Amino acid sequence: MTTIEFVGSEIERDAEGFCVHPEQWNRTIGEGIALESGIAELTPRHWQVVEFMRERYLTTGTAPSVRALGKESGVPVKELYALFPKGPAKLAAKIGGIPKPRGCI
Amino acid sequence: MTELLEAFETEQETDREPIHKVSIVVSKGSLEGIYPALIMANGARMEGIDADLFFTFFGLDAIRKDRHAKIKVATVGNPGMHMPTLLGALPGMSWIATKMMGRQMEKLDIPPIGEFLELIHDSGGRMYACHASVEMFGLGMEDFLPQVDGVLTVGEFFDLSAGAEIIFT
Repeated sequence: MTTIEFVGSEIERDAEGFCVHPEQWNRTIGEGIALESGIAELTPRHWQVVEFMRERYLTTGTAPSVRALGKESGVPVKELYALFPKGPAKLAAKIGGIPKPRGCI
Repeated sequence: MTELLEAFETEQETDREPIHKVSIVVSKGSLEGIYPALIMANGARMEGIDADLFFTFFGLDAIRKDRHAKIKVATVGNPGMHMPTLLGALPGMSWIATKMMGRQMEKLDIPPIGEFLELIHDSGGRMYACHASVEMFGLGMEDFLPQVDGVLTVGEFFDLSAGAEIIFT
């Protein structure tokens, strides 16, 4: 775990690339992580999911499951996987600057 | 020595071959036979790993329109229940145990089987019925939930599983 200079900001990320301190995050960092993860451009639909994840994590302390994302974020499960093919909950958390979700569902 | 060890560990780390695809065979029709398979399939998709489910023998109950909502915990012949066999055999015991587990699972955000299959299907997981079992039970595609992609022979299943880790539950 090291603090690094990333797209113009000082952030600390874990071995898998998740931000350790959500408060160090900003949208430019989110865009940088998306690029790194193979998502060339974050559309408003991507942001809707990322912001929902982040908001939910900051208010409840846990990130929602894919099931909850599909029901409550306004983006259905099929589209979630189209937007984030490598795993919607994991990627949206990474891009949104919150720790990796640990749920099994 | 320490340096060597570190170099070795780093090498091992980079040599790790991640799993790209899993094929999960569901052969049992009990709640504890079906859920682990669904959780693993969904969990694979959550990590971006391809997942196929193959339902065979009593595992077919999980995808049957008339049975998927009636899956029960086995209270007889299940040492995990920590209950005398005779007690487990009492009428309604399986129903009670299933109700209790269902409540607990809902709390953990684990959906009922029908909704779970829908979730896996929408996540891009595919599901198939075993040809031999379908014939044995005298079933057809019309007996299965709409998320089922088709009926496969064992040969077709192995063909489909090229490059996959096969998991049997």
